[in-house]
Amino acid sequence: MNYFPDEVLEHVFDFVASHRDRNAVSLVCRLWHRVERLSRQRVFVGNCYALSPEILIARFPGLKSLTLKGKPHFADFNLVPHDWGGYVQPWIEALSNSRIGLEELRLKRMVVSDESLELLSRSLANFKSLVLVSCEGFTTVGLAAIAANCRFLRELDLQENEIDDHSGHWLSCFPDSCTSLISLNFACLKGEINLAALERLVARSPNLRSLRLNRAVPLETLQNILMRAPQLVDLGTGSYIHDPDSETYNKLKHTILKCKSIRNLSGFLEVAPRCLPAIYPICLNLTSLNLSYAAGIHGSELVKLIRRCAKLQRLWILDCIGDKGLEVVASTCKELQELRVFPSDVLGVGHAAVTENGLVAISAGCPKLHSLLYFCQQMTNAALIVVAKNCPNFIRFRLCILEPTKPDPVTMQPLDDGFGAIVQSCKHLRRLSLSGLLTDRVFLYIGMYAEQLEMLSVAFAGDSDKGMLYVLNGCKKLRKLEIRDCPYGDKALLTDVGKYETMRSLWMSSCEVTLGGCKTLAKEMPRLNVEIINEHDQMEIGSEEQRVEKMYLYRTLVGPRKDAPEFVWTL
Amino acid sequence: MDGTLGLLSGGGGSGGGGSSGASANESTVSKVEVVEQDFVGMSSEASSYPAEAELELGLGLSLGGGGGAVKAKPCTWGERGRILTAKDFPSVVSHGSSTPSRFSDRATAAAVGPVSGTKRAADSVCQEGGSPTGGSQVVGWPPIRAYRMNSLVNQAKSQRAEEDKLIGEKDKSPDATKKKIYTKAETNAKEKCHLGFVKVNIDGVPIGRKVDLNAHSCYATLAQMLEDMFFRSATTVKSMGSGGEKEQLTKPSKLLDGSSEFVLTYEDKDGDWMLVGDVPWGMFLGSVKRLRIMRTSEANGLAPRFHERNERQRSKPI
Repeated sequence: MNYFPDEVLEHVFDFVASHRDRNAVSLVCRLWHRVERLSRQRVFVGNCYALSPEILIARFPGLKSLTLKGKPHFADFNLVPHDWGGYVQPWIEALSNSRIGLEELRLKRMVVSDESLELLSRSLANFKSLVLVSCEGFTTVGLAAIAANCRFLRELDLQENEIDDHSGHWLSCFPDSCTSLISLNFACLKGEINLAALERLVARSPNLRSLRLNRAVPLETLQNILMRAPQLVDLGTGSYIHDPDSETYNKLKHTILKCKSIRNLSGFLEVAPRCLPAIYPICLNLTSLNLSYAAGIHGSELVKLIRRCAKLQRLWILDCIGDKGLEVVASTCKELQELRVFPSDVLGVGHAAVTENGLVAISAGCPKLHSLLYFCQQMTNAALIVVAKNCPNFIRFRLCILEPTKPDPVTMQPLDDGFGAIVQSCKHLRRLSLSGLLTDRVFLYIGMYAEQLEMLSVAFAGDSDKGMLYVLNGCKKLRKLEIRDCPYGDKALLTDVGKYETMRSLWMSSCEVTLGGCKTLAKEMPRLNVEIINEHDQMEIGSEEQRVEKMYLYRTLVGPRKDAPEFVWTL
Repeated sequence: MDGTLGLLSGGGGSGGGGSSGASANESTVSKVEVVEQDFVGMSSEASSYPAEAELELGLGLSLGGGGGAVKAKPCTWGERGRILTAKDFPSVVSHGSSTPSRFSDRATAAAVGPVSGTKRAADSVCQEGGSPTGGSQVVGWPPIRAYRMNSLVNQAKSQRAEEDKLIGEKDKSPDATKKKIYTKAETNAKEKCHLGFVKVNIDGVPIGRKVDLNAHSCYATLAQMLEDMFFRSATTVKSMGSGGEKEQLTKPSKLLDGSSEFVLTYEDKDGDWMLVGDVPWGMFLGSVKRLRIMRTSEANGLAPRFHERNERQRSKPI
């Protein structure tokens, strides 16, 4: 392939955008590998411990955008102890010592300190975009550093992070010369905000497209902001409470009429339902609506709102919408592609929740549906079979029946057949989460039919090692497997150890694997890190038969990590 | 929630095609590729579908265009399956920092119905709505991101605070009475069934921690845990990521009885800061929003109670 000069190859590779395709390109031959790596600008690292910053920097000198993920997924549910790891500091240090002109950093489930943010802001002159999802360890002091020092900042997007809020002062740290903001999302901040600084910032950001406010921003400020930024495409309201007879509210109604570009709407962290009519005029334009934090909107107001959103493609909602409300969604939102229904009743009082009927209605009315996250009180095999038939295009299907091991309430059978129907029908399924009463049989089906499956989440399911083996043997594209509270032991773990090098990671907690089994695995597979999380001093070294409470293994180029805390043993 | 998350969760790190042929000459390259290459076909394929593969999946899907009836075909393999009983399933109760739960050792919970547990004293109240959430006592279940879970709990608490205020106001509309009754019952129920990760900050450290209040049934265990967390720092924890340094106190002291230089306080649903320990545990659970370990010298605003308690203690007969 020496016919083309490198520049031509590079130009061709420019059209190859996805990470997987670029990775494939780099495997063709040495030349392509070199051209590809020198021209690569965006890199995705799904597990920050799979390689080191030095390796990354050496290979991709032209790196502009880096995505890093840290803790295992189950850390989101408090299953991973504090201090487990996932620190971004070494990455930022290495990047700042290199010649890499990083412009964008996207982190998920990582520990980010104020020092890291400060270092980032001072050492990367061209830095433009920071996206933090489900991260922790930093405060508004770190945000102030970003605001103050990143002269070309375009995007600051904070999603569901645990941020210690020391003051609203950070917003004032954006210098007057900063006019480049395109996206600002601080909805997860819990503290007060300097409202005047916010309004001034918006006023001098003509390119602002996306703005998501936190609870501390009142409706008056929203009104002022929308006056100055009618070009917004993505809006997250803060506190949406006012007297509907007031002049402020009246002004808001008129201002919103000018906001013809809004396509994403979210927020309503506090809401006075009588003020909702102000947003009715923009509902028809909406393609994405996130009311999953809007516990104050329910019943008829919710339905009235949704009836106006005929073009919705993505809807995140609380289950207080009920089955009836989902029927309205089904009849209104014909373009719906992604639906997430979250439980509203975490306090266990028994508000209206959703059942299989809501899901069936959605599947019948929304044929384009491909991504689902559905928390419900119950599910039946019959319903799942209908859903599978109505929606063969599922890419992500995550069903969570709130009560673990709950069977089909009509037949009292396990839900094996229902999920089996889903995997058989949905040939493009990439992500699946199971719940309810399940035997080994469902895993047989998954192994047989889920050929494109990449991520599987299992809890309280299965009867024997066979279940896990069906999956490991059958799902050729499996990358992430996470299991909790299932009866899988060493036999399941050790039958096909080579499989784990084809995957990103495996999590097993409250299963039957023993210390001896894990040690055997670690010995046979030196390119895996097999980590045991040993909380509360449960385990004694030398006692091979004791069960391991939490095991997390992942492939890696760099061996055991050096920042593991005391309670994490890498075998 | 938009393209951002989509990128993170959808973007793949594995390359296509296991072209292992190229690896011989490119040892360095192939090492790097380990991370990204999808070793399709390289893992041994165990034949794992013996007789079961013969079974037809009687799922009704292959019935071309079977429109109306939603009935699933009866199981063709009924004799293979068995009705799983409560014995087969682990208990869904987890007791936080106490003994580790083991799969076979667990007392099993019923497959249907609410879980049992020491905290669920008010099971019947929780069931009034007719649909218990069942798994709310299991660690990490339901699988909702902690941020969202905490947010919902706090929202519920604030709403309750506002509703309590409304109850106190005069309102002549007929709905008010209904609302009052409903809210009262709801309040009682909510106080008893409660999910409780709250933030704990200690003076001098910018980053807070979180504790699960549901893992405790009294002030003593909570105080003990907080002391462990903040005053006996983990030995080899590298604080590479955390911004502050944990203060090393030589003397672990009791936070509750005033003998330490720190005192434990909490912010209640009305936004007031109170000393921990003055109200019954259940009431505390229902109104606490977050905790703060404050220096005793700064607990001036709370002084009356503090001194009161000291005096009470001093005047106790020995």
